[in-house]
Amino acid sequence: MRFLVVFFVFLISCSGSADQKSKVDIYSEKGILLLGNGTEPSGIDPHLVTGVPEHKILLALLEGLVVFNPKNNGVLPGVAEDWSVSDDGLSYTFIFNPDAKWTNGDSVKPEHFAYSWERILSPDLGAQYADMLYVIKNAEKFHKGDIKDFNKVGISITKNMLMVELENPTPYFLNILTHYSTWPVHPDTVEKYGGMISRNNQWTRVNNFVGNGPFKLESWEINKALKVSRNELYWGNSSNKINGIEFIPIENELTQDRLFRSGGIHLANTVPTEKIKRYRDERPNEFNEHNYFGTYYYRINTNKYPLNNLNFRKALSLSIDRELIVKSILKGNQKISYSFTPPDNNGYNPKTKLDFNPVKAKQFLEKSGYDMNNPSLEILYNTSEGHQKIAQAIQEMWKKNLGLNVILTNVDWKVYLARETQGEFDISRAGWIGDYPDPFTFLDMMVTNRGNNKTGWSNSEFDKILKNASSQISTIERYNLYEKAEKILIDELPVIPLYTYTRTYLLSERVKNWQNNILDTNPYQFLSLE
Amino acid sequence: MIQLILKRLLTYIPVLLIVTIVTFLMIHAAPGGPFDAERVASPEIIEKLNEAYNLDKPLHIQIFNYLYSAIQGDFGPSFKYPGRSVSELIMSGLPTTIELAVYSILFAIFLGVLSGLIASLNPGKFLDVFPMSISLLGICIPSIILGPILVLIFGIWYEFLPVYGWGDNPGDKILPTITLGTAYAAIFARLTRGGMLEILGQDFIRTARAKGLSEIRIIFIHALRGGIIPVISFLGPAIAGLLAGSFVVETIFQINGIGRFYVQAAFNRDYTMILGTSILFTFMTLTFVLISDILASFLNPTLRDSGGLE
Repeated sequence: MRFLVVFFVFLISCSGSADQKSKVDIYSEKGILLLGNGTEPSGIDPHLVTGVPEHKILLALLEGLVVFNPKNNGVLPGVAEDWSVSDDGLSYTFIFNPDAKWTNGDSVKPEHFAYSWERILSPDLGAQYADMLYVIKNAEKFHKGDIKDFNKVGISITKNMLMVELENPTPYFLNILTHYSTWPVHPDTVEKYGGMISRNNQWTRVNNFVGNGPFKLESWEINKALKVSRNELYWGNSSNKINGIEFIPIENELTQDRLFRSGGIHLANTVPTEKIKRYRDERPNEFNEHNYFGTYYYRINTNKYPLNNLNFRKALSLSIDRELIVKSILKGNQKISYSFTPPDNNGYNPKTKLDFNPVKAKQFLEKSGYDMNNPSLEILYNTSEGHQKIAQAIQEMWKKNLGLNVILTNVDWKVYLARETQGEFDISRAGWIGDYPDPFTFLDMMVTNRGNNKTGWSNSEFDKILKNASSQISTIERYNLYEKAEKILIDELPVIPLYTYTRTYLLSERVKNWQNNILDTNPYQFLSLE
Repeated sequence: MIQLILKRLLTYIPVLLIVTIVTFLMIHAAPGGPFDAERVASPEIIEKLNEAYNLDKPLHIQIFNYLYSAIQGDFGPSFKYPGRSVSELIMSGLPTTIELAVYSILFAIFLGVLSGLIASLNPGKFLDVFPMSISLLGICIPSIILGPILVLIFGIWYEFLPVYGWGDNPGDKILPTITLGTAYAAIFARLTRGGMLEILGQDFIRTARAKGLSEIRIIFIHALRGGIIPVISFLGPAIAGLLAGSFVVETIFQINGIGRFYVQAAFNRDYTMILGTSILFTFMTLTFVLISDILASFLNPTLRDSGGLE
């Protein structure tokens, strides 16, 4: 027994110093936010990364021309203190804030954005988010190698202004600029540590990193924490109330939940489904849930029989009781989807409907002429308990309401992606989160031959309407066109929307000014800690 | 002895080579690639990415290039973490994983050998049945269940011990150590009991008793030396198992070891990382098995010149 005591004393002595209060209490007093941040970030190069955890970190380290406004999903001045748009909506002029600085003291200049956009659009870099900038004139041609001279891309600069010429009037262009793929990198630093097109560039290392965001990089211990501290040179530093942030990579939601309950983090960015009800009842001040700009849907391979038959697809959709899925399985206050694009509070509320009507469903099935002796259909999903529960419910609904036998196949994430991309599926579960708050981020996906369409569905009228919408300056007219496109999509059902995502997370009451918004984005300089 | 060790070290070469080639072929045969993503990249981008990571070359050239670099200690860049090398990522977590494994094995040896010893001295009695039943439970409860239970009791209900981290807060190494070490403690208990019962029934123990040696001297000096050999022989595979199995404990307690890389690399199809971690774990398994064989042969003279190391 004595050995055991000595052993534990030894283990204790190997650890750090003692603290009485919880970590959250101590760090709140220091003005430091502790954020659970999902997986370990793959990097912090805005032109190479693609994930949400990376976005959360870049939000602290870099700043684009404009900043996302968490209160209304609009934009606020960032590096650009002001901007103007030409009457035809094709040209934007950004006037740079003279106080915008890099962490090494250099001023942020228009040429830095030109360099950054040339970098992400360079085909040799292999950036996966380069298409975010395709709205800029000739950007797509440059990225695809059809144009070699970047001067032909619609970007021009003066001493303190950046002029951008667009392919089409794109009223959501400013929203696109809140995406990290459009944010700048410090050209001299990038050149010094590997060059513009090197994927092995070392500029993002702690000692090398030069950013222009409200925070600067302090340390980065892999799988432990990435720490940032206040950037005194940031133009808006005087109103920033946060002294630092620790981004803690916690992949397992149960671990994160335990960490939150034991006072280890201010934010647990997910809540285990089975605990949602309990948190909602017992800790309502910490439990947050709000609509997210994302749709959970089933993707239909319209190249395959019998899914190439519209009546058959209608039968499938009409026999799904979405309310049951949302209320009995998900229990996270999700909203039933009646359209592919989630409705948003900026005025896009499509009038499409997706009913549950087993009688009608049966009629459509008969109309489709489907022979019940055909081999069973397959629902493909990536391994996850949540996806499985939904697939089982739908399997049961199709069996009960249509008499269809459906088999469920779960595979690991990469196999699932490969099978979807190669069209080796009948029906697959899918989800899409909008990159910017505009319906285009959803509808554009279903245009003929788009990489993310994956259904084989093509409709020339749909394509035409979307193209037409791109040239509209008026938001009302554009939204009207989107609604027409949405109706075509829901009438034809190459996708069967099920529900609108809800974000559920736990947030310490010490964090103030946090805004619930559909993109789940809160620039940290607007927060404070009590 | 030295010759035998050198001979064993030489076997590392073909084993590592085979493991590398088989792993390489398996990961390339697995469906899905490193650049498959929900947001589908254009074929042009995929082509550029394949070019950047030499995946556009024929498979035999790729494997030759990899082996050539690996021999020189370069395990290539990670596909998942641009700008970082596999060696660097492994080195960032290896010390923590080894530390966790060492503490767990120490805990397992102490608890396991002590319980096994007590049980072997009281065969058929309560002090035999009770620890052996507990040890069976220890073997049966996986760390994925034990960890959260310990966290709930000691971390959340009684707020006695920290529930996350490694070396950041006082006592934060206790729960991960117990979680990872318990199953092995249970195995060691059963091995010690079996080994001791066999030794205690042998003639030399009877002779020692007849000569009037004290019971403590008989047990700790004469019997334990032989009775513990099964434990020592199992130490190598146990440490290797602990290292490979640290993934679960590292995830539960938010520890920045390499166990997480080992598993995530497979899901991410991070080819170079899968190869790097597989080579490392193979190397460590071979080494720990060799060390435990050397230890066993020191304790048992009959193994010293042949069996133990061949």
